[in-house]
Amino acid sequence: MSTDRERIRRQVVQRRRRDRLFAFAGLAVMVVASLVLLALIGQLVYDGMGRVSWQFLTSYPSRFASQAGILSAWIGTILVMLLTALTAVPLGLGSAIYLEEYAPKNWMTDLIEINITNLAGVPSIVYGLMALGLLVYEFHLGQSVLTAGLTLAMLILPMVIIATREAFRAVPPQIREAAFALGATKWQTVRDHVVPYSMGGILTGMILALSRAVGETAPLITVGALSFIAFLPHPPLTLEFPFLSTQWLFDAFTVMPIQMFNWVSRPQEEFHINAAAAGVILLVMTIAMNGLAIAVRARYRRRIHW
Amino acid sequence: MNAEAVLKKAEAWRLSSRLFTQIKEKAIESLLLFAALTSVAITVGIVGVLVYESVGFFRHVSLWEFVTDRQWTPLFSEPHYGILPLVSGTLVTTAVALGVAVPMGSLIAIYLSEYASRGVREVIKPALELLSAVPTVVYGYFALLFVTPALQKLWPELPGFNMLSAGLVIGMMIVPYVSSVSEDAMRAVPVHLREGAFALGATRMQTALRVVFPSALSGITAAYVLGISRAIGETMVVAIAAGMQPTLTWNPLEPAATMTAYIVQVSLGDLPHGSVGYQTIFATGLTLLLMTLVFNIAGHVLKKRYRHVY
Amino acid sequence: MQVHITPALKAEAKELSFYYGGTVQALKAISLGLADRHATALIGPSGCGKTTFLRCLNRMHDLYPGNRYVGSVVLYPEGMNIVDPTIDPIEIRMRVGMVFQKPNPFPTSIYENVAYGLRIRGSMTRHDMDAVVEQSLKDAALWPEVKDRLRDLAYNLSGGQQQRLCIARALATGPEMLLFDEPTSALDPTATARIEELVTELKQRVTIVIVTHNMQQAARVSDYTAFMYEGELVECDRTEKIFTNPSNKLTEEYVTGRFG
Repeated sequence: MSTDRERIRRQVVQRRRRDRLFAFAGLAVMVVASLVLLALIGQLVYDGMGRVSWQFLTSYPSRFASQAGILSAWIGTILVMLLTALTAVPLGLGSAIYLEEYAPKNWMTDLIEINITNLAGVPSIVYGLMALGLLVYEFHLGQSVLTAGLTLAMLILPMVIIATREAFRAVPPQIREAAFALGATKWQTVRDHVVPYSMGGILTGMILALSRAVGETAPLITVGALSFIAFLPHPPLTLEFPFLSTQWLFDAFTVMPIQMFNWVSRPQEEFHINAAAAGVILLVMTIAMNGLAIAVRARYRRRIHW
Repeated sequence: MNAEAVLKKAEAWRLSSRLFTQIKEKAIESLLLFAALTSVAITVGIVGVLVYESVGFFRHVSLWEFVTDRQWTPLFSEPHYGILPLVSGTLVTTAVALGVAVPMGSLIAIYLSEYASRGVREVIKPALELLSAVPTVVYGYFALLFVTPALQKLWPELPGFNMLSAGLVIGMMIVPYVSSVSEDAMRAVPVHLREGAFALGATRMQTALRVVFPSALSGITAAYVLGISRAIGETMVVAIAAGMQPTLTWNPLEPAATMTAYIVQVSLGDLPHGSVGYQTIFATGLTLLLMTLVFNIAGHVLKKRYRHVY
Repeated sequence: MQVHITPALKAEAKELSFYYGGTVQALKAISLGLADRHATALIGPSGCGKTTFLRCLNRMHDLYPGNRYVGSVVLYPEGMNIVDPTIDPIEIRMRVGMVFQKPNPFPTSIYENVAYGLRIRGSMTRHDMDAVVEQSLKDAALWPEVKDRLRDLAYNLSGGQQQRLCIARALATGPEMLLFDEPTSALDPTATARIEELVTELKQRVTIVIVTHNMQQAARVSDYTAFMYEGELVECDRTEKIFTNPSNKLTEEYVTGRFG
């Protein structure tokens, strides 16, 4: 009897030890992942921080690494992002509203939904190929800011739709029923209740999608963003009537990740430093946008709790 | 009563504008449907462009050559159009990436789902989110200028461009994705299954490995399969760190070009629109799309299965 | 099925049947009159169809695809058929209001909750809207408790207060008929008593139909009671008769608690 108990006790000690080892392994792996992240950020900052300066931010690219800067790149990023947001937000919101609140349960709706899930998994460079054939050549939009903005908008559209639908689903059906019982039409219910009460989730999804778009390189290379742009696209706002110009849409351009890619592909180390500096700024932009999304999510979660 | 009279007036106004309202509602619904159909238009555009240009390509190059030739040299005076070198580059980097992401992602998922305390989760979850938010071009920089030199300290003969560094970094990139999908699958396993194991005297590790993991297997496999699809489609890390030389090799210590890197290389250059060289990127793109489609569909089917079981 | 109602009717169901998803029959040829400016209670065991019937009266079933109405529900005085598919359900809902089982105020201010029904009916001056909101909150016996904090979030109110807010919200649009779907099942006894008091007051001005699981509540609050069982109307009569001397054996068994 006592030997049985001893055997059990030994077994338990052994199993407990293995359990602890396993937990330790799990913890170790997470530490490794965190270390990798820190190494990545650390390396980038170490290499590039010194190069970030006012001169760097306000100069054009140049053959001479010390004179080169990212002015055209970050202006290009802002302009392209503007277009991407203006396209993807209404289309994404409209699609999500239709699919979640209006669409009947038939084969056509299923098709649209399957399609969106598929599109979310298509490699980004394929969007670039599509834009090259269709927008650049077939529609004659050229290798321009317009093409870039539309391409990225198409890329992030599935993300925006999926996140927005999730946000709509968080609104309880009782709220919709209450609105309908008062005699509201479907559009009134959506406009006055569903959308406002899911704003937190909608905004978070859009900010995260745009932050993804900021870092996209491959589709824009394919579409023809050049990396030696020593000029800026025309400004969208002008000083004379009608104060809004569309010239900028058709200008050639470059964006931050492409500039970084160009520099890191060169053999000279000075250009690598420039690439690191560009990377630091890119990382700051990305982290800032993610931080904004988290803040938005937290703020809205405080106001509305089902 | 004042309020009642006012109500009646509003009521009358409302009933008379009922027709207008109905028309407006229908118009809004049509507008929203149009928005939803743009996603279909995008797919049609993608498939249309790729197929159209590939058809042009396959008029010059036979499908047999495309699939079996062991050289990819479309821009040489004596061009070869075998896709195998590009496919081998893609497969090798993907295999290396999986070699990192599968064990790490699964272990992290098991830990988060079965062991982790609140404090640990609050630290790890944002770290993983951050890992997945970093732009891929920054990862490429990291692969070329940190990972490769670090590996070269261990293997001095390692070339500056190689598939191992690129694969390792891609693996790190997709760890958050694999771990979050796996974790979702494991959390979906009902508590009473775990409780049954604990009641028999099992440790957390034994419960995790023998009960939870197998129960969540289809969801976890979905995570792996979708991770494969991500790794296949990755462009910038390989373009920067693995080299742009299409070589048919299965050795990760060598440089090679993936399908995605090839497309980038051609796009950076200056190929006349309509030439065979130009069309090669679409044929490559079509191959890429078909490969990722297969894995995406498989992953989606697996995901649906684990959602339905409970 | 025995029906004995003599006063003027506000609405009358005539051979009303209802099929969920077009195929599952939940109501079987219900013919029931609802007395104008009186309260009619619907009682019966779970699944007997009382809530299903209630939701036919304001076409709530239309929100979910596939449902089918057969027969008619006539709304007086003009004799319009509520479940006629050519009639816009929105028009019905502007005249027939509903209060739900679990209070479901909008996550906005108290004022905005009550005012929403007015906003969607067209423009009203701020002054007029204030007057209607105040009157509705008074009619729902909530005004004294909220008059100083109309801008507060409705969610900060207690469960009972939220339900009275929902009643005020439904009253603001001046409905001719008010439907209550087990309005007190999620509330404590004090709040329940206040709502019952309210219903007893309101029924003098608005036709009320109230579904309830609680027979004592039906006895306290309603003038007429309809007993339903498995989708059919078994008996409908004056409340005192149903609870003291019902004509149907099944009714007697239910109200004496032999099953339920």
